Amino acid sequence: MTSDTSKPGAAQPTTMLQRARGSDVWWSFTHSKSAMIAATVLAVLILTAVFAPLIAPQNPYDAAQLDMWKAELPPVWQEGGEWPYLLGTDTQGRDMLSAILYGTRISIVIGLASVALSLLIGMTAGLVAGFFGGMIENVLMRIGDITLSMPTILIAILVSTVVRQLLPSELREIGASAVLILAISLSAWVQYARTVRAQTIVERNKEYVQAARLLKVPARRILAYHILPNTLTPVLVAATLNFGMAILTEATLSFLGIGMPPGQPSLGTLIRIGNQFLFSGSWWIVLFPVIQLCLLVVVVNILGDWLRDVLNPKLR
Amino acid sequence: MLVFTISRIANAIMVMLAVAMLAFVIFRLAGDPVELMVNEQMTQEDRDNIRERLGLNDGTATQFVRFVTNAARGDFGISYRNGQDVLTLIGERFPATLELVLVATLISLVVGLPLGVLTAIKRGRWYTESLQFLSIIGVSLPSFVVGILLILVFSVVLGIAPSFGRGEVIQIGWWSTGLLTPSGRAALILPAVALSLYQITLIMRLVRAEMLEVLRSDFVKFARARGIPRWRIYFRHALRNCLMPVVTMTAMNVGSLIAFALITETVFQWPGMGMLFIQAVTFLDIPVMAAYLCIISFIFVALNTLVDITYAVIDPRLRNAR
Repeated sequence: MTSDTSKPGAAQPTTMLQRARGSDVWWSFTHSKSAMIAATVLAVLILTAVFAPLIAPQNPYDAAQLDMWKAELPPVWQEGGEWPYLLGTDTQGRDMLSAILYGTRISIVIGLASVALSLLIGMTAGLVAGFFGGMIENVLMRIGDITLSMPTILIAILVSTVVRQLLPSELREIGASAVLILAISLSAWVQYARTVRAQTIVERNKEYVQAARLLKVPARRILAYHILPNTLTPVLVAATLNFGMAILTEATLSFLGIGMPPGQPSLGTLIRIGNQFLFSGSWWIVLFPVIQLCLLVVVVNILGDWLRDVLNPKLR
Repeated sequence: MLVFTISRIANAIMVMLAVAMLAFVIFRLAGDPVELMVNEQMTQEDRDNIRERLGLNDGTATQFVRFVTNAARGDFGISYRNGQDVLTLIGERFPATLELVLVATLISLVVGLPLGVLTAIKRGRWYTESLQFLSIIGVSLPSFVVGILLILVFSVVLGIAPSFGRGEVIQIGWWSTGLLTPSGRAALILPAVALSLYQITLIMRLVRAEMLEVLRSDFVKFARARGIPRWRIYFRHALRNCLMPVVTMTAMNVGSLIAFALITETVFQWPGMGMLFIQAVTFLDIPVMAAYLCIISFIFVALNTLVDITYAVIDPRLRNAR
């Protein structure tokens, strides 16, 4: 479907930027309305989350700023709503907009960190298994099989429960995000390991790798500089889609009460809190975090879907 | 074929042993069970008695073997929380979960199949494109969010469906069913819909992809040339050829639906296994957690093995694959 005629910059590209702008990916990005909209929304969500301390009217972690007299205010456009509580307040007088911005921050950070950690685990396992084969491969892939033989959410729940138990009690509150990151990564690494392993087995026997081996390049270097770059494309697609999954898993764990504590709420924790007021008529406490979470995951998934279609030549 | 079957079953047993090992390690890591069971009035002697009775003074290997043999017989010990037999506890909750999962599966097939066919044969129309877009949203919505939104709309705003519990149930032997009473059926609707939504989008996308493939094939072209009516080609010739992967996926997903039901069950306060598990997690009721883990994995592994063997029966080429 992609035609070369309308591509800008057919001349020899020099800088990274020029190369990026001349690429297929950029071309199909500027020609896909949904990808551009999704990327814009994602950029806005990330920026507002990053600069939450500057934008948010209130610091939701600072108990001194919470005003019990302003508890359960509806959004400003409803009767009884008050500035600056744009989206209303919860039962402790916490500004919903601020809570959501800070919550998104936590969700995004945990999502990114768990994708990074599961990439690290999965790609290392895949490279080592594919390159060395034999016993190591068998053990690693068996561990992967067993991980896959259990639903991801179950693994995440178990890991987070056990690790939290192992932490001394004064660290549990602070370490909550680290525990979540570990739990989510351990439930998601197998996919990367399998993809990378399959690709590594293909690359291992190619001439450039054999040449490097003959030159006595150390295995570590061959893996990192020669094989790894050739396995990255499918991994990139999987990582984008898994970023959405990671955010969802985090939200689910927090919703179930085994994730982020109410003291530093992620979007899932906010939804958990709001869920208790579903029947009291204070719909805004639950609905706005829900909308934000869905928006975040939907745009990430749209981008992931788009990237998969672009990078997979078979689907064109 | 016999070799293949045996190797598959051996494989499944290995996985189950690994899961049992994991459950056992969790047992060990989660702290001293005696401390969780005693109260202040107990003397050191009482504690030692409990320790001896639970067999905690034996070696680790002995304890693991005992755990596995007991688990294989269905004996997972007693709950730390209320001292009841774990298997009885789970047995009481199992029918609720299974009914929920089966109804959700049924809904996802009834809705997902026609939608998949529609999006394939009317490709490019605005309504199929929006369905396709909606399916991305369907995949992105976490199931607890779906549950909350359903409750918000149908229970809070419209007030037409119950939002928690199972309604009245009727006991048939050890099985309790909510399908036979009006309140039981009403209570089932929202949770089942919430649980099926993800499954609907999966089936719809799978059927669409398979249909697009089949519609390009020669026998469909030939059927067209023969002048067979279109709907007959779509539903009799093409859809039939898509059903195999759909049936496989549906069967295999029953396992993960049972696991994911724990989220839906928490949202709707549905008294199933999943809610029992979440309560066990909050109370650190290790025997219940371990039993749930083993049972879910067993269902998962059994379904997978069954599907593998069935495939090998149908397609002899697969018998040599590992």
